[in-house]
Amino acid sequence: MRIPQSERELTWWEKIYLPEVVRGLAITGRHFFVNLARHVLHLLGFNKVPKGAVTFQYPEEVRPISPRLRTVHRLARRADGSPRCVACMMCETVCPANCISIVGAEHPDPNIEKYPVRFDIDLGKCVFCGFCVEACPEDAIRMDTGIYDFAAYTREGMILTLETLLSLEPAPYVKVPPQDRAADPGPIHARKGTVAPL
Amino acid sequence: MPILTIDGKTIEVEKGTTILQAAQRLGIDIPHYCYHPGLRIAGSCRMCLVEIQGVPKLQIACYTEATDGMVVFTQSEKVQQARRAVLEFLLVDHPLDCPVCDQAGECYLQIYYMQHGLHPSRVREDKLKRAKVRVLGEHIVLDQERCILCSRCVRFTEEVTRTFELGIFNRGDRSVVDVYPGEQLRNRYQGNLADICPVGALTDRQFRFRTRVWYLDQAKSICPGCSRGCNIVVDFNVRRGYKAGGRRIPRIRPRPNPWVNQYWMCDDGRYGFGWVEGLDRILSPKLLENGHPREIPWAEAIRLAGAWIGEAAREKKLGVLLSPRMSNEEIYAASYVLRSLGVGNVGYWAEPATPGDEDDLLIKADKNPNTYGARLITGVPQEDHLARMVEALSSGAVDTVLIFLHNLEQARAGRAALETLRRAKRFVFVGTNWNRTAAAASLVLPVTAFTEQEGTFTNFQGRVQRFWQAVEPMGQARSALSVLNELAASWGIPPLPDNAAEAFARLASENRAFAGLSYETLGDQGQTVRASEEPGVVGP
Repeated sequence: MRIPQSERELTWWEKIYLPEVVRGLAITGRHFFVNLARHVLHLLGFNKVPKGAVTFQYPEEVRPISPRLRTVHRLARRADGSPRCVACMMCETVCPANCISIVGAEHPDPNIEKYPVRFDIDLGKCVFCGFCVEACPEDAIRMDTGIYDFAAYTREGMILTLETLLSLEPAPYVKVPPQDRAADPGPIHARKGTVAPL
Repeated sequence: MPILTIDGKTIEVEKGTTILQAAQRLGIDIPHYCYHPGLRIAGSCRMCLVEIQGVPKLQIACYTEATDGMVVFTQSEKVQQARRAVLEFLLVDHPLDCPVCDQAGECYLQIYYMQHGLHPSRVREDKLKRAKVRVLGEHIVLDQERCILCSRCVRFTEEVTRTFELGIFNRGDRSVVDVYPGEQLRNRYQGNLADICPVGALTDRQFRFRTRVWYLDQAKSICPGCSRGCNIVVDFNVRRGYKAGGRRIPRIRPRPNPWVNQYWMCDDGRYGFGWVEGLDRILSPKLLENGHPREIPWAEAIRLAGAWIGEAAREKKLGVLLSPRMSNEEIYAASYVLRSLGVGNVGYWAEPATPGDEDDLLIKADKNPNTYGARLITGVPQEDHLARMVEALSSGAVDTVLIFLHNLEQARAGRAALETLRRAKRFVFVGTNWNRTAAAASLVLPVTAFTEQEGTFTNFQGRVQRFWQAVEPMGQARSALSVLNELAASWGIPPLPDNAAEAFARLASENRAFAGLSYETLGDQGQTVRASEEPGVVGP
């Protein structure tokens, strides 16, 4: 898709460069002082003034996530610890990114019949669409670990094996207290005035 | 000849044709479970009910003969309702284990349920529990819960193999298919039971859980297991390479051909194709020095083979042994190229047939797919080329040998010959898999297996049948046709086309037995050669 771009000629004022640099600094400075003033006024109790922008100090400071957020997969276990997965390959079939690789085998229990000997998820390919969770007839694959900061130095490191998937635990459900919810400025796109529209 | 109308389409059929067969000829699919064209009609599943004008009740299409002026409706409301009711009845005790069932994806309960059922279950009672994983024989496992009692398997053991191992036991909703007490499947055609079972009750132990059928692609082919040349479908999986232990071909199935194998194939053929992806496949050209193989590039291999064979041919010291495991095109190319080089006796050798290892159904004692074709193309009658070559080697008349595809170790005559062959000055082996013969060679050229190339085989009846390429060649293997053509080019002989279809056209234009045949006229089911025109050849 071709993105339309304006090919406006720069004016003489823009071409001399320095005034535009100063204008840019002024905009940044305005944001800084306006936010500083709003935070100070809030501290002094002037709560009717709009809230200032907040910067989260991510890894140290983690924002609460919604329990519905689709995060890294895990495989649920039966009561005896064996995988719930029956290697039916529905998730593998429905996966639009082809990131799931399953190899099935015969289970000694005739009522289970089939179990996975290999179950790999390549997170490097995964698009976190959640179709695998939807397709699973055994509720075996779930995306509720709360892990979203996975990274690796190699491509192989991005592959989760059966053992890893079985060892992951669901994220504890954290109810966000109301006072924190008030402090939470909400999603970025919902805040007016602090971020310029794209 | 009765003329009948089915869903508004008129067709004239022979007397004795059933409505279901007439409808199939019109391209109208009437759902059915128990009807199989290769078996006696049972009429037990009641799925093929159709409405006939003037007949108050619905009739089963598989058993009702077409009569003149009959007007049949296969899609009327009454028929649809009946199908839904039959399906609901069949599903009363059927377990919902499609996710672990190997038949899923090619299961007629699933297919017809999606077409005609789609009803929620009205059954409140618990489903009956039956035996789940019941091993019936070497290749087949039974799940009695999934069975819909169509009796196809029972009729197969009664009519086709005549071994009578299976029966239906008990009555009413306790009826189950099982082997007779103390019995197990012991016929050599049991793999067909998994094919004809319309649901997942009988599944193939070798194929079970190796892959899902919707990952498989199909290629039409010919079984190379014996001179019957059963028509087969090669199911291959190249989209999910990690399945089935990395093997691209998890199973082969029979393809109907009324002149050759009807609807069946034997277990030896069905499970005997492991060599095409065996660990012993030759993956690159090898030069053997004192029995130690060293990988060499193709260009060097062709140069060496060309120099050795060319020199020996000039000195009249070359012995050639073709194999009836080669396709018609390859045998033709080999005899054309070598005769152009001035080699007089281009012969083939067939491993001696195993006496008694045949039956009146499909299995033939001659385990080579193309003995008849080799005889027609080389033009030599059955004579022992191996013995002649061994004799020439011992007397020193021949010092260089070129052998295609053989595994001499398998036959007694071959084992003895192998000892002499080891003493040959130069021994070029062209083949697919490592064996004692290849290990005795000084140069080994890898060629493709039947699944990796196109070609034709001529079966014992003289029927020339095509096989299609399924997968890419393993390693650096090349088709024998292109290897022979490169060798021809190295000797300055105009090579044949690398394309099997064009090579076959050349064969048809030169050999009177194959005259008039081409890949187009062969089609899916093959054509018979004009054997009567070839002197010295016994007709089928």
